[in-house]
Amino acid sequence: MADSAPAQPKPSSSVKLVLLGEAAVGKSSLVMRFVNNDFQENKEPTIGAAFLTQKCNLPTRTIKFEIWDTAGQERFASLAPMYYRNAQAALVVYDITKPSSLTKAQHWVAELQRQASPGIVIALVGNKSDLAAVNGGASGGDSSDDVDAAPAAEGETNEEEDGADARRVPTKTAKAYADEENLLFFETSAKTGTNVAEVFTAIANAIPETSLKGPRGVGGQTNLGRQEERVNLVGGRTEGPKEGCAC
Amino acid sequence: MAGTGDADASGPRAERDEVEQLDFANPTINVTQSGSRSASVSGVSTISTEETPPPLPPRPKRSDLLDSRPSTSHSTAPARPRLVSKATTQLSYTDTQQYHQDSKDDSLSSGTSRPKRFFGFASRNVSDTDDTASVRSVAPTLGAGGDMESIMGDLMPGQEKPPLNILGHVVQDQEAESLFLPDPDFDEAFIREFDDIDDIDADGSNQESVMLEWRSKLKHFLILSSAGKPIYSRHGDDQLITNSIGLVQTLISFYQGASDTLKGFTAGDSRFVVMSKGPLNLVAISRLSESDAQLKSQLDALYMQILSTLTLPSMERMFAARASYDLRRPLEGTETLLSALADGFTRGSPSTLLSALECLKLRKTHRQVVNNTLLKTRSESLLYGLIVASGKLVSVVRPKKHSLHPGDLHLIFNMLFEAGSVKAGGGENWIPLCLPGFNNTGFLYMYVSFLDLKHPTEQMQERPSSKDGSGDEVAILLISANKEGFFELRDMRDELVSQLQKNGSIDVIGHAVRLGRPSCTDVVPGSPLRHFLYKSRGNVQFCMPKFRPYFGGGAERRRLMDLYGRLHARLHNKPTSVNICHETATTNISLAWATPLFELYCVAPGTTSRAALAQAANKVVQWVRREEERVFIIGGAVF
Repeated sequence: MADSAPAQPKPSSSVKLVLLGEAAVGKSSLVMRFVNNDFQENKEPTIGAAFLTQKCNLPTRTIKFEIWDTAGQERFASLAPMYYRNAQAALVVYDITKPSSLTKAQHWVAELQRQASPGIVIALVGNKSDLAAVNGGASGGDSSDDVDAAPAAEGETNEEEDGADARRVPTKTAKAYADEENLLFFETSAKTGTNVAEVFTAIANAIPETSLKGPRGVGGQTNLGRQEERVNLVGGRTEGPKEGCAC
Repeated sequence: MAGTGDADASGPRAERDEVEQLDFANPTINVTQSGSRSASVSGVSTISTEETPPPLPPRPKRSDLLDSRPSTSHSTAPARPRLVSKATTQLSYTDTQQYHQDSKDDSLSSGTSRPKRFFGFASRNVSDTDDTASVRSVAPTLGAGGDMESIMGDLMPGQEKPPLNILGHVVQDQEAESLFLPDPDFDEAFIREFDDIDDIDADGSNQESVMLEWRSKLKHFLILSSAGKPIYSRHGDDQLITNSIGLVQTLISFYQGASDTLKGFTAGDSRFVVMSKGPLNLVAISRLSESDAQLKSQLDALYMQILSTLTLPSMERMFAARASYDLRRPLEGTETLLSALADGFTRGSPSTLLSALECLKLRKTHRQVVNNTLLKTRSESLLYGLIVASGKLVSVVRPKKHSLHPGDLHLIFNMLFEAGSVKAGGGENWIPLCLPGFNNTGFLYMYVSFLDLKHPTEQMQERPSSKDGSGDEVAILLISANKEGFFELRDMRDELVSQLQKNGSIDVIGHAVRLGRPSCTDVVPGSPLRHFLYKSRGNVQFCMPKFRPYFGGGAERRRLMDLYGRLHARLHNKPTSVNICHETATTNISLAWATPLFELYCVAPGTTSRAALAQAANKVVQWVRREEERVFIIGGAVF
């Protein structure tokens, strides 16, 4: 791509992105925050899948995300391949207050690695960070993690209680898993908007320029050409999360 | 592992593929279905077959009956014109029985006190009048014209007795606002009907008040498996409904044990209707005056919603493997759809009551242009294409051999316009769904895109939130059996919208949407009618004027629907159904009229005379006939 051209129209290319994850972790809310900068409390569950687009401006180019926001319920699982096939990026979302949702996210990551197009950029996203106690979320993983683990064992402390930490998935656990699998990793809050744009920007940056062929139909045809780049790509990608992650 | 998810899903997927072939390889199934449906529609009424619908029957000329009418504004009313055409009447013994029955019903249903019907009061002492009337009216050839005249004469001003006049004035004051007697208890209950029930505290201290809250709901829907597992309840969580579920389950299985099916029963002022469908038991509990048949059709709709999510074979497979299967898991996320349906019924839905659809009123030529555009832009795999504006159908494109089942469309409309999930999400949607009326064994895929009428070619990014802006939403629905058809249908949508914009249809639709439903006086200038429902039986469609200003409030609208429901039940109660039914209450006067072509229900203030009501009803029928190709979609675009 012609990075050198400072002319007004930046090269633009479209990126197919799919959101996966357990029901009610906040996939649609993340998308709505990203696309409309809006948030709805108690959003009703997505049925099937929703297709949205949003542009993301990078210094050198414009990325047009074509987003598949899928429904998380078990009965829609069989349709997922339709959406992640040919996708260049995937956002696998879990809920930091619900450990089972991380397990489900790990299943999705495994499935993507097995069946999606090789070279797909995967971001692991822990949503609902606003529900975590302030010091737990923001002041970075290491010190607070031991504290986080304790209440997870106690378990029953109520989410409703003011100031109580509803976090059940320590940042460290998820981060370690993400590093192991070479995933981008973020903790976000669709409600407050924290880190949401960052996720998409990081994904946009992580997409190798060679796989951006123009506004349409990037995925399938380029698979063969990209096979070789895959290894490099993974290596290059690990830089992304460390810069972008606020944790 | 994701692997287990796959294993679960591979069954349905295989099934789906099979079904898709079925749909097209073997269309005869559906053809016969639609054939039998239309047959049953046209075979409903047997009495009157002439082209022109008959006018209302004359009332017996007896002063005691007339005196019992409370309406007394005649002093100011102009002299009524006579009915023009001759009467062929449907009054018969069944009518009289009907009235007697009504009076009993009335005294029984004291729960939500309703305006008493004066036929009911009068029926005991005028039964012989009714008899003579029916004897006379059985022969349609009898020259009823003379009778009519004298009856009208009786109703002329100056005949009322003074005491009734006084009553009339009292009534008249509030009548300006309401057609129904005030009932604060009902209003109160209705307002709270849709509130959530509090959770029971951990220590159970508020259990009693929560239970009371649950009991105070006017309407409940329970769905349980035949093994007695709860699947869905409109109000209350598991903990709260366990007892009720257990009780209902015991009752149902007691009767099943005796190889007798429990269909319904009354407890206190609540009516319970039970429907057993394969592995499911559905129960409606209502304190609103709804007939068993109406409650049953509501349960049917809920059942169809479940099938729409799962398909019949896959649901049966789940229960075949384990009778105690917890169906809530596969249904996860559809509670909102079921509740939206249920609340629609509680609020009162003309569409469900009549099992018919409402269309957007458009000039015939305009609709033709829309139809042609749909046909022109139709993509290869399209099965059904619909344009829907705020719950009203604008146009349909469909294969010649498949018609659309109103029940299916109701489910779709409910999903799009009542439940907020699709609408609120923004963007375009790709939704797998089973249309049980079309084929309950497999999934179809529906492309949904909402249009911004001002910038129709741009994708609408932010839609008005659920209920406020529901007036001007236009949705394009394209249904295909091809699972992978999203982008194909998306291209069709782009082409369709740009063509519609080019030929001005978008503006036409937008204008019609903004215009909304007509008011009664738009339909018939000077009409005394406050509201009516007209169902075209052949088209399975209905039209009505706007609810506002008289029935804008929820409770008021519910009372109107109660009235329609009562009239509807009377026209459809088997075996004693009637073709004309007329009801007078202190504050309103209403009429239901069925012919092979249509059903008409209308209501006017109590001060209106029967003759004026009859005339107004006739005018509505004439209006619909004149406007038929505007208010209804006749045929639609067929390929």
